[in-house]
Amino acid sequence: MNDVLKIGDRELTGRLFLGTGKFSSNRLIPDAVKASGAQVVTVALRRVDPEFAEENIAAFVPKDCVLMPNTSGARNAQEAVRIARLARAAGCGNWVKIEVITDNRYLLPDNYETVKATEILAAEGFVVLPYMSPDLMVAKKLVDAGAAAVMPLGAPIGSNRGLRTKELIRILVEEIPLPVIVDAGIGRPSEAAEAMEMGAAAVLVNTAIATAADPVVMAAAFGMAVRAGRMACLAGLGEVRDVASASSPLTGFLRSAASPASSPESTGR
Amino acid sequence: MSFHEEIQRYATFDFDRFFAKISGSEVERAIGKDRLSERDYLTLLSPAAEDHLEEMALKAHRLTVRNFGRVMLLYTPLYLSNYCVNRCAYCGFQAGNRLERKRLAPAELIKEAETISATGLKHVLILTGESRKRSPVSYIRECVDILKRFFSSISIEIYPLEENEYAELISAGVDGLTLYQEVYDETVYEEVHLSGPKRDYRFRLEAPERACRAGMRTVNVGALLGLTRWRAEAFFAGLHANYLQNRFPEVEVAMSPPRMRPHLGVGRPRVEVDDRNLVQFVLAFRLFMPRGGITISTRECPELRDRLVKLGATKMSAGSCTSVGGRSDTAATDQFEISDTRSVTEMAGMLYAQGYQPLYKDWQFLPAEEPPSTYGADFS
Repeated sequence: MNDVLKIGDRELTGRLFLGTGKFSSNRLIPDAVKASGAQVVTVALRRVDPEFAEENIAAFVPKDCVLMPNTSGARNAQEAVRIARLARAAGCGNWVKIEVITDNRYLLPDNYETVKATEILAAEGFVVLPYMSPDLMVAKKLVDAGAAAVMPLGAPIGSNRGLRTKELIRILVEEIPLPVIVDAGIGRPSEAAEAMEMGAAAVLVNTAIATAADPVVMAAAFGMAVRAGRMACLAGLGEVRDVASASSPLTGFLRSAASPASSPESTGR
Repeated sequence: MSFHEEIQRYATFDFDRFFAKISGSEVERAIGKDRLSERDYLTLLSPAAEDHLEEMALKAHRLTVRNFGRVMLLYTPLYLSNYCVNRCAYCGFQAGNRLERKRLAPAELIKEAETISATGLKHVLILTGESRKRSPVSYIRECVDILKRFFSSISIEIYPLEENEYAELISAGVDGLTLYQEVYDETVYEEVHLSGPKRDYRFRLEAPERACRAGMRTVNVGALLGLTRWRAEAFFAGLHANYLQNRFPEVEVAMSPPRMRPHLGVGRPRVEVDDRNLVQFVLAFRLFMPRGGITISTRECPELRDRLVKLGATKMSAGSCTSVGGRSDTAATDQFEISDTRSVTEMAGMLYAQGYQPLYKDWQFLPAEEPPSTYGADFS
């Protein structure tokens, strides 16, 4: 099955994107990447420290992965743009995950500022993946702004609450011509599989993997779930029915000429 | 409405009466809630809640790991100046104490910065006493200009400023404010602040709001525990943090629970606050504000700090020194005795041993001058 996800100039086969902010040690990152099959790893620029080689988080991302710096800490479009430019200047490549957050309680993204930052950075040649609240109109604006994908949240960051925004994400999957990558809130592999079954192009997971008792095994579990969900999506899921399909209580009588109810001989009884 | 007006709602509140009525089941109900009200928070600070510390700890640990990960941000204090015009009954640097007063000159500051920088830390907290003559905003700004070359995050713990002064320091590169009200009880505040501009309770109380309005990124409040009844103080400090988070949702709000330490010229705390009390405060605050930072300084001993790693703390000082220039001059007078003298490497080792990652850098200074917007090839 030749199933690749094209984003920017990259063709990806791994559809699990890995976040890195919550591991108990950066040394777990390469193992988690390997176990999960992730090919895109996001790192907050605020954590990157080229001057401290042993602890520099970016140095733990395997070289064959796409290093996707994120703009964590940005409170408006201008700050996101400045962080993205600093990241590119620091050698972090031209992918960027835009995070503009003005709400420290739930860490919900500011869609308005996110659109503005996307417009500026896409025009500067960045491959822009904006983290967003799932809103169809905003997603359309992000398409127009030049985003390479859209990254709606399933639930607030770190909440492990699962696909609470499922209905809205489903609409994005149907209406938006870009890859839809579910980012944030996914707490268990089954939820990642569910997102993929719905037609999400990928999912991004951090908390559920990094804070598991065994992060590497959990990374493997998420990798498998994402592949399973993707395969199910491609294979075409069966329709969900309200009743068992063997019974047709209302129209079963139409199906068989031999049934007494439909037999002309029996009608006179 | 400023926090001063907000806190007035509790001017006649009878804490003892409230606590006397709290039952175990009310404590359990508060622990079980997703979003705690002010009254729930106070319930968790009650004597009755002392029987439920383990349940509180389990939830506090879960919330902290989920929200912050298995990481601990490290920082260190850097004293710039100990000139002070205030007479605060609990402070070693107060104007009435006879000690060698000192202010770091640029060369001395660079030396301190180099020493700290060699440990890998990128977050510093700069401190001064209150003296607009000896350590004016212009001096602090000059220090920030120097420190920017060494550190990616600079916080200030200095006398309260006006909003435009905060804005000035923010534009120079300051991203964090630490300012303890010391004591929220206004009567006790007047008793312990004998003279000096610090006697202005309200100007200090509203300083964090001014810093938030000026665009400060992180704001850390706290009450100095040991000056008066700690449960009410912990409650007001929590209300203060919550007020700031509600009014300024973009700001990262944090709490410190500093306990009084022995120091030059002053004896014991006025009120005993034991380890059990401190832990209860930390746990109650974590449940009240799951996303709030909790900062634990070297005022506390290694054994307790090691335990607090899993009880809600998000930020700890390391390799601390509470004298001006004390990293180069060991004879300098301390503001207070620190209890945890471990180096940054030792703290990192302790964290790794507990399954936590020491974070040396968690902010990126954003220069005012943007780099050119056109880049050639991909730098990766």
